[in-house]
Amino acid sequence: MGLSGFEVSIERPTNGGGLSTEDMTLSMGPQHPSTHGVLRFVVRADGEVMKEAIPDIGYLHRSIEKIAEKVGWHGFIPYTDRVDYVAAMFCNHAWAAAAEKLGGIAVPKRGEYCRVIADEFCRIMSHLISVGSMAMDIGAFTPFNHAIREREYINDLIEELCGARLTFHYMRIGGVAWDLPPGWIEKATAFLDRFEPLIDEFDDLISFNKIFTERLVNVAVITPEEAIDYNLVGPNLRGSGVKYDVRKDEPYSIYPEVEFDVPVGRGELGTVGDCFDRYIVRMREMRESCRILRQCLRQIPDGPVIAKVPRNFKPPAGDVYYRVESARGDQGWYVVSDGTAFPYRCRIRTGSFTAISMIQKVSRNLMIADLIAVIASFDLVAPEIDR
Amino acid sequence: MGLDAAAIHSALRARFGAAIGDLVGAGTNASAMVPPDQIHAVCAFAKSDPALAFDCCSNLSGVDYPKQSAIQVVYHLFSYQHRHHFVLKVNAVRDDPVAESVSDLWSTADWLEREVFDLLGVRFTGHPDLRRILMPEDWPGHPLRKDFVEPEEYHGIPTSRESLLKA
Repeated sequence: MGLSGFEVSIERPTNGGGLSTEDMTLSMGPQHPSTHGVLRFVVRADGEVMKEAIPDIGYLHRSIEKIAEKVGWHGFIPYTDRVDYVAAMFCNHAWAAAAEKLGGIAVPKRGEYCRVIADEFCRIMSHLISVGSMAMDIGAFTPFNHAIREREYINDLIEELCGARLTFHYMRIGGVAWDLPPGWIEKATAFLDRFEPLIDEFDDLISFNKIFTERLVNVAVITPEEAIDYNLVGPNLRGSGVKYDVRKDEPYSIYPEVEFDVPVGRGELGTVGDCFDRYIVRMREMRESCRILRQCLRQIPDGPVIAKVPRNFKPPAGDVYYRVESARGDQGWYVVSDGTAFPYRCRIRTGSFTAISMIQKVSRNLMIADLIAVIASFDLVAPEIDR
Repeated sequence: MGLDAAAIHSALRARFGAAIGDLVGAGTNASAMVPPDQIHAVCAFAKSDPALAFDCCSNLSGVDYPKQSAIQVVYHLFSYQHRHHFVLKVNAVRDDPVAESVSDLWSTADWLEREVFDLLGVRFTGHPDLRRILMPEDWPGHPLRKDFVEPEEYHGIPTSRESLLKA
């Protein structure tokens, strides 16, 4: 993050005659409404066409990794919510699971089911924000309202589950804080009955609407090789046609016990790996999440939801790299313990960080308006970039 | 399916001999030490060898170990082609931490190395654009070092305040 660079500079190369062309350097952000949080782009443009857009990050850096070293194993869980507040459940899950792996703690079956149920609801919440705000960024306001309306129902469900609507603090080392409240399974099933037909409605309204797709198809095409080279993860990677999902390929928790498909981009309206593929993968993942949720709500066994974990939790010295499939893809937590009551080091490699590092490359020769579509299609969340 | 950790380790040993440290840990956590001036060669081999084919640098991070006077750079490699993992660790000298950049092998390493430089002060030789990334350009020191002391103020902005709960 730089303090300088706000100046607008104009280069004036002359071609001998009286005519000259000028490159414009524009500062977009850090408070631009479609940059999904506080981040900034320095755009070098020739008229409407960008030569490149250079991301400038760090505005939301809260040194969460350093805080981990100061607050202890249990005490860090509320901070993990703030890593990615649009999909906080996954950060809870990754931190708790990494600590459990270091400490050799087995989570009760019902606790794991509660986790996956919370995770998948959180994935739908996050994807609703993603697809809704993507439509809004491009200029369609109504779909955002539809998405937020459905998200409110999930917020209500999660609030009943853990008392919070955004920063959940639901999981604990050893399991989850609270069991499902009485009657919750029926309410959750009723929501799924309502929500699944609405995905079709959303598709009718926006997904295959020509005005919308024209803005996405064949824009910012990313080949599978480029996606892997830049370490894109989750829907961004699958949008490029790479079939990889941590839930499927390196299963954790109870994901091996449920059936679901991994949607990938097929280039059905344009080229594999364009903005539309990244968008449609998210729409299809919401359906798969509903499928996982129905199975979990049906199969959830009885029993305790949390294992006995000492208050003064001191996992043996060692390190672990724990990956979860968050709404923004493979999130890697490298956690080092030195055997004391405080984590020695916690490093969080997030999907948004690697995705935004690619923007300088993909933005070349795009229209400025397309940059908005690219940012939205990457589903960037600024706090997850900066931590 | 891909190779297991022991097979990956012996493939690296066969090529680089004693430069590759002993295999520590198992499964996805298996790691080996590499000298800081050989990490580029080891990574280049790990990426290009068809049996290893580590096409993705999943994570690149740093850990400060003042007691061993080292800053450890940790490379979590992953192969989408074979679906296997391996971890390489480099101990850079803490007083003047230097390691070879691998940003020419994996584009993602460009920003990941900038973050390690910013927060831990490791200089990556051969990096095209080694600047701070999260902290302001004129920030003193490297915050993730264990002996980092937060400055009292930054450009006249205090970094702490009195407790609101004080009577």
